[in-house]
Amino acid sequence: MTNQIKQKKVDPAVLLTALIILCVYVGVFIAEQVISPNSMLFTVLKKGATYALVAVSMNLLNGFTGIFSLGQAGFMLIGAYTYAIFTIPVEHRASVYQYFNGGVIQFTLPWFVAMILAGLVAAFFAWLIGLPVLRLKSDYLAIATLGFAEIIRAILQWNQLGPVTNGSNMLRLFPNFNSFNITNAEGKVTVYLSTFVPFLIAGICIALIVLLLHSGYGRAFKSIRDDEIAAEAMGVNLAHHKQLAFCISSFFAGVGGAMLAMYQTTVQAKSFTTAMTYEILLIVVIGGIGSVTGSVLSSFLFVACSEWWLRFLDNEQFIGDFQVPLLRNGFRLVVFSVIIMIVVLFFRRGIMGTRELPDLLRRRRKEAGIK
Amino acid sequence: MSEVRQRPHTKMVTYPSNAVIPERDLGKNPVLECSHLGIEFGGLKAVEDFNLVLGRTEIAGLIGPNGAGKTTIFNLLTKVYQPTHGSVLIDGLDTHGMTTVDVSKAGVARTFQNIRLFGNMSVEDNVRIGLHNQIKYDMFTGIFRLPRYFTKEKQQHEKAMELLDIFGMSSLADVKAGSLPYGAQRRLEIVRALATNPKLLLLDEPAAGMNPHETQELMDNILRIRDTFQISVMLIEHDMNLVMGICEGICVLNFGRVIAKGTPEEIQSNPVVIEAYLGKKKEGGQ
Repeated sequence: MTNQIKQKKVDPAVLLTALIILCVYVGVFIAEQVISPNSMLFTVLKKGATYALVAVSMNLLNGFTGIFSLGQAGFMLIGAYTYAIFTIPVEHRASVYQYFNGGVIQFTLPWFVAMILAGLVAAFFAWLIGLPVLRLKSDYLAIATLGFAEIIRAILQWNQLGPVTNGSNMLRLFPNFNSFNITNAEGKVTVYLSTFVPFLIAGICIALIVLLLHSGYGRAFKSIRDDEIAAEAMGVNLAHHKQLAFCISSFFAGVGGAMLAMYQTTVQAKSFTTAMTYEILLIVVIGGIGSVTGSVLSSFLFVACSEWWLRFLDNEQFIGDFQVPLLRNGFRLVVFSVIIMIVVLFFRRGIMGTRELPDLLRRRRKEAGIK
Repeated sequence: MSEVRQRPHTKMVTYPSNAVIPERDLGKNPVLECSHLGIEFGGLKAVEDFNLVLGRTEIAGLIGPNGAGKTTIFNLLTKVYQPTHGSVLIDGLDTHGMTTVDVSKAGVARTFQNIRLFGNMSVEDNVRIGLHNQIKYDMFTGIFRLPRYFTKEKQQHEKAMELLDIFGMSSLADVKAGSLPYGAQRRLEIVRALATNPKLLLLDEPAAGMNPHETQELMDNILRIRDTFQISVMLIEHDMNLVMGICEGICVLNFGRVIAKGTPEEIQSNPVVIEAYLGKKKEGGQ
């Protein structure tokens, strides 16, 4: 995946990383055929893959370019809506847009095209907003982008745009992750792909981001993060590179939004709140600001904890006849918050810091060599 | 203090508009021409009526007490500040309205008084940022790893190593720049500046915090850089051994104004300079 020109021969750590990633994909594929599709595992994997892509795109901006933006939910929303609007089959449009006479758009794009379009539309809005907003620094930029996300959310719910966006009503019946399953003539699923394909999409997108980060552009981004004044003095065009990073990040946030729409099977603007941006920011911070691997790992951990592993805390549990105290609806969130506090207190640089998977393998190898 | 090796001083000749440049640069365009350069910060004249002509391969010193406006002049030349008065020509090119990036492309590179390296990046990557505008490829090539990417990356790597070799730092290429010792960080800043392929190199207190031995080494290196790359160097420095040892022309600033200009010998015996640095001699004192 990351071809380093520096070393004449391919770095074994990189090869090993590629092998690990391949194993994960094979594992996901096999698990999907074997385990019941209703298992919580697949919910976590699907949502995890979606969040991983969005988290990496946010990390590109916050961790690698040093632009503290909080507009991610806004760009995801644009992506999700673009995808949903263009993929609802024509025959379902009358029922989805029931208050708007079936809407104005009467054609359907293939999911793949719609997904790229989702990214492009998000990137276009990023470019537009970036022109004024990227002149701001740190906190001010965060506030401006946060405000933008809220504005987008409000605009998309505006009734006058109803023929396109369905107003504040739900968009539904568009192809979702289950559409990737291959079925036979009787409608019985022969090959399950509903988790594998999202993994593939997120994987390709993240790979593209990693390749970008390892090129001259990535270096320029990092130089801006480390010292804007020096970067400018060395001839790095700040405005251009910041705008570029902002648009690329938003492109992938848009694609991530489209994936989230597929995961949820329905889209409604009101669910893309600021809290969603904070969730993703949390994932980035826990994973390590400036580490792609960290963002990916913490996405899955975060989703698994919030959706699955801590679920039992919400129900009354009995050990024999003894009722475990405190456990009731909502207690999960308390425990979850405490865990996050502990992580932030004791792993201040996140799980990975700025290291990546190959670095981890390399270090291990060196230590073994010393022994 | 170690003995400063005395170098034979260059013969300075008069250039039109009353400036003095080294004799060897006479046939060539001057690399820098400032005329009546000045900047006001809300009524405070930080620099006023600054005139300077630098020869093609001249090493010039900018000295003066603290707060005299030396770094401000560097910031004006690199367009960190836009001047409110006067003009700057770089290699005959008027820099009016240019940005910092434009000036960098026009051939001015600088180092900073407080080191500004890209601390989280490797030494080699720091130098590669300097090469950013010399050897480049488009984003598509970068993401999809077209053959051009590999040839350009290889060129960058070779060029970066070549530059690092000047200071014998190529073995440190993979070290994080922020973890280098102080002296090496200063050297790396110079290498990074050289990577932008400058015509004029601005060094802001390059010897700050160095011991006499390191300063001597730095002096040799500055001369070597000038000779190898045939560029002009302008430096701000408080270490008089360094300034008097390598600078061919010296400009003394005080309160934003030039109070003296000339060769090291002239400056050393100039009463105005002595007064600015040491204060006025008491009447009847020794």
